[in-house]
Amino acid sequence: MLKLDGVTKVYRIGAFGGQTMTAVDDAGFEIKPGEVVSLIGESGSGKSTIGKMVLRLLPPTSGTISIDGRDVRGIGRRDYYRKVQGVFQDPFSSYNPVFKADRVFAMIREVYFRGVPDKEWTAKIEAALDAVRLSPAAVLNKFPHQLSGGQLQRLLIARALLLDIEYLVADEIISMLDASTRIDVLNLLADLKQRGLGVLFITHDLALGNYISERTVVLHKGRIVEYGPTDAVFEQPEHAYTKKLLASVPQLHTKWEDAS
Amino acid sequence: MTLEVDDLRVYYRTLKGDVQALDGVSFPLRDGEILGLAGESGCGKTTLGKALIRLDGRMKHVGGSVTLDGQVLPIGDDAKMNPYRFKHVSLIPQYSMSAMNPTRKIGRMVRELLESRREKLDLDELHNRLDLVELPKDVLGKYPIELSGGMKQRMVMVISTLLNPSLLIADEITSALDVSTQKAVVTTLKGFRDRGFVKSMIFITHDISLTNQLADTIMVMYAGKLAEKAPASTVVNAPKHPYTQLLISSLPEVGVRYADKRLTGIPGNPPSLLKPEPGCRFRDRCPLAFEKCAEDPPPVEVEKDHVVACWKAA
Repeated sequence: MLKLDGVTKVYRIGAFGGQTMTAVDDAGFEIKPGEVVSLIGESGSGKSTIGKMVLRLLPPTSGTISIDGRDVRGIGRRDYYRKVQGVFQDPFSSYNPVFKADRVFAMIREVYFRGVPDKEWTAKIEAALDAVRLSPAAVLNKFPHQLSGGQLQRLLIARALLLDIEYLVADEIISMLDASTRIDVLNLLADLKQRGLGVLFITHDLALGNYISERTVVLHKGRIVEYGPTDAVFEQPEHAYTKKLLASVPQLHTKWEDAS
Repeated sequence: MTLEVDDLRVYYRTLKGDVQALDGVSFPLRDGEILGLAGESGCGKTTLGKALIRLDGRMKHVGGSVTLDGQVLPIGDDAKMNPYRFKHVSLIPQYSMSAMNPTRKIGRMVRELLESRREKLDLDELHNRLDLVELPKDVLGKYPIELSGGMKQRMVMVISTLLNPSLLIADEITSALDVSTQKAVVTTLKGFRDRGFVKSMIFITHDISLTNQLADTIMVMYAGKLAEKAPASTVVNAPKHPYTQLLISSLPEVGVRYADKRLTGIPGNPPSLLKPEPGCRFRDRCPLAFEKCAEDPPPVEVEKDHVVACWKAA
C-alpha cells in the first residue's frame, strides 16, 4: 500500500525565494494494489506536485510517503523506481528525437538487467508490449516521429511494466491524445489493475476519472476537499467545490441550461 | 447567409509534395449561426479556420471560394485580405495567453490597434464589454503580464469582437482551460452572439461534448474532408456517418464506468494526406467498408440540414 500522510509542499517563489507558496497542504490518502485512484483538480491545485513527490522528483516539505509501512526516504532510488514508475502528459517530448523510441527499453536494461541474456530480454519486451497491446513489429526500431501519440504513450507504460512495478503514477497521460485513441489507453490502465498494479491517475477531466477509478480524491488549492469511493464522490458530492466542478462538466446528452 | 464556403481546397507545401489538408469542403453559415467544427488532430479543422482569415507561408489556396456577406474573400492574397480582417472576419487564437503585446499597457494597445484600422476607440462601449466579461475597467492601465490566464483570454475575446465582425473564428480556445473556466468562456461567446457583437461564429474544438453546449450546428471533419454536418442534437443523438458514430460512442461521460460499460476506441490511424488514395479516407478504419468505398463519397443531404459523406448513409 502506497500511503501519503500529512504531505505538504511549500515552494519558494519570487526573487531570491523571498515568498512562499503552499502547493500541497496536508494531503493524506492511500493507493492499494489493484486499484485506480484518481486525483482530480484544476490547474494549480497541486495535483502534479503530488505526483512528483510520489515519484520522488520533489521532496515533500513535511509529512511522509510510505510503501507497505516503510518510509520511502529510507529506500534507495534504484530499488524505489523498480516499484514505482511514472508516465507523463506529453508523449512527444518524453522521447529524445535523435534516438529510436525503443531506446527507453535499452536504458532500463543497462540499469536493472545487465546480466540478462538477449533472448530472455527480447521475450520480456515482447511480453510487456503484448500487455499494452502493441505489436513488436509496429513499434520496435522506429523513431518517435514515426509513431502516434497513443503508441508512444503505451510504449512508456510497457517500459514501466518491464520492471514489474507495483505502482504507476499517470499524470494527465491521455490529455494530448485524440478522442478515438485515448479510450484505448484508458482501458489499458484499467486492465493493468488485474495484474495487481496500483495506479494514481492524475487528471482534470472528471469524466475520465469517473470512468476508471475505484476511489477519487478532489484537490482544490492544494487541499483535499473530497475523498472517497468514486460513486459517492460523483453521485453525492459533499463539498461545494466538487458540486461546482461537476456542474461545469460538458455532458454530451444534457445541455447546461437544461441541467440547472 | 453570412458565409458560403464552396469546394475549398488548401494544401500545405512541403519538400515531399503537397499535403492535402483541406480537400474540397463546402458549407453555408447562416446569420446568427454558431458552427462547431470537430475532429481529430490533422483532420483539417484548424486549416479551415486559418484559411478564412490568414493563410500562412506554407499554405496554398488551390481551389474553391469563400463568400462573406455577398463579397468574395480574396483568401489567397494576404494584402487584399487585410481590409477584411478584424472588421469583417476576426479570430480568437488558440494562444490567447500570449496574443497581447507585452510591452504595451492594454488600453494603449487597443487604441493603437484601432488606429491601425482607422477606427476610433469608443471608450464607453469598451467599458460596457469589459463589464460584460466581468473584467474591471482598470485592466486597461495594466500590462498583460499582470493578468491571469483566464483574464487574458477574456480580454482577447473583447478585443477580437470590438469592431462587431460578421464572422468570428474561435480556434481551440478552451483546450488549455479548466472545466469551470471553459463553461464561463462558452457562455460569454453565446452572449456575444445573442447581443449581436458577432453575426456568426465558427467554434473549432476536438471536444464534442463542449461543442454541443454552444453550437447550433456541428460539422465533423475527417482527413481533410467533411464527414457529417447536422444540427448539434442530431450529430450527438443520431449520427449517420460511421466515423461520427464511433467517435461519439468512444466518449466517456460522467456516470459511465469501466466496470459497467466498456467503451472502445477506433483502431488504426488517419491516412497520410501527402498523396492520399482516391476514395473514402475513413475506409481503412471503417467497419462498414465495402467495394464502393474506393470511390469518393459525395456529401449528400440525407434530410434537411443533415449532410453525410458516406455511401452507406445515403
